[in-house]
Amino acid sequence: MKANYGYTDGSGEFYITIDTDLCVKCSEHWCVDACPVGLFEIIVDDYDDEVAAIKDDHRKKLKYDCAPCKPVSGRPPLPCVQACTLCAITHSW
Amino acid sequence: MTTDTAKEFWRWKEYNWHDSAADPKSAEIITAGVDVGSVSSQAVVLLDGRLYAFASMRTGSNSPDSAKKAMNWALENTGLTIADLQFTVGTGYGRVNVPFANRAITEIACHARGGNFMYGPTVRTILDMGGQDCKAILCDENGKVTNFLMNDKCAAGTGRGMEVFADLLGVPIEEVGELSLDVDEEPPPVSSTCVVFAKSEAASLLREGWSKKRVLASYCSAMAHRVVSLLQRIGVVKDFAITGGIAKNRGVVVRLERELNIKALQSKYDAQIAGALGAALFAKAMVEKQRKAVPQ
Repeated sequence: MKANYGYTDGSGEFYITIDTDLCVKCSEHWCVDACPVGLFEIIVDDYDDEVAAIKDDHRKKLKYDCAPCKPVSGRPPLPCVQACTLCAITHSW
Repeated sequence: MTTDTAKEFWRWKEYNWHDSAADPKSAEIITAGVDVGSVSSQAVVLLDGRLYAFASMRTGSNSPDSAKKAMNWALENTGLTIADLQFTVGTGYGRVNVPFANRAITEIACHARGGNFMYGPTVRTILDMGGQDCKAILCDENGKVTNFLMNDKCAAGTGRGMEVFADLLGVPIEEVGELSLDVDEEPPPVSSTCVVFAKSEAASLLREGWSKKRVLASYCSAMAHRVVSLLQRIGVVKDFAITGGIAKNRGVVVRLERELNIKALQSKYDAQIAGALGAALFAKAMVEKQRKAVPQ
């Protein structure tokens, strides 16, 4: 399953997508520690799979929460994307 | 005396139903689902996986109370009580506050499962237009979610937005859809970014002399347009179905179909109970799983 966390507003689309079919294969969960803001948590989803998810209280303000990792110019690789060895995490912006 | 200004045009009819031909005493598995949404609550009871009873009512200020009221109303005149339910799944906005639920499951998974039951295994895209959010869900032939997208950032494109418009224009909510289709020419949509902006824009249009029908057409069109952009982001795969209260608004459904160039599937079941129905189906699967784990 592709789980899209985020929103669309007047300024654009701000979604973090987690491919849970890939995520479920990982037992390390590096993404949780990699995010400096602590956006990620490990949950048991509706199909009883242990996967990463974006914490509820961050889902409607991703544009701002992710801003420190996304400078306007010379953007470095995103820590969460880099930490995920299975390439299960993508950002829409 | 009741005047037009005192009427609550947004207030939709609450209802319950049960299959009087079915005998709950002969059922092996009695399961239930409760969908406590931000605007409405539904309760569904299944006998061996077949729809037996349901109720749909407004959610009050207290989620546990709303869940209990909805379930008790669904069970009215059935001879069953909440204690007779072998497994209950809570879903929706208030799913963690259903006191008699054995488990909580997100409404995304429940709508996919319920949609699969209601529209058949060919359904791949389900649009759930709820009270305060809107979800585009892709699922497989078993009703398992493969992709989803949700917009709950604001009320535009949701049932609550439609209620606000019904009240503003003094048109009963059940009549909004048909009236909005009774226009000679499709007007341009009002703002679809925010329901507060849309409301003030509609007030200006009325002052300019627009008819109520034209304003409703404009809002239904805006709502359809907003939802289409959500669907297009996820990609619409045939067959397509709509669940939630707005599925009953032909004005939005027809415009959605027009914009997407795809027909929405029809079902004999009430589109508003899809979430609770999916929850009850999950509950049945869990009872079966438990029985397999512990042979009788």
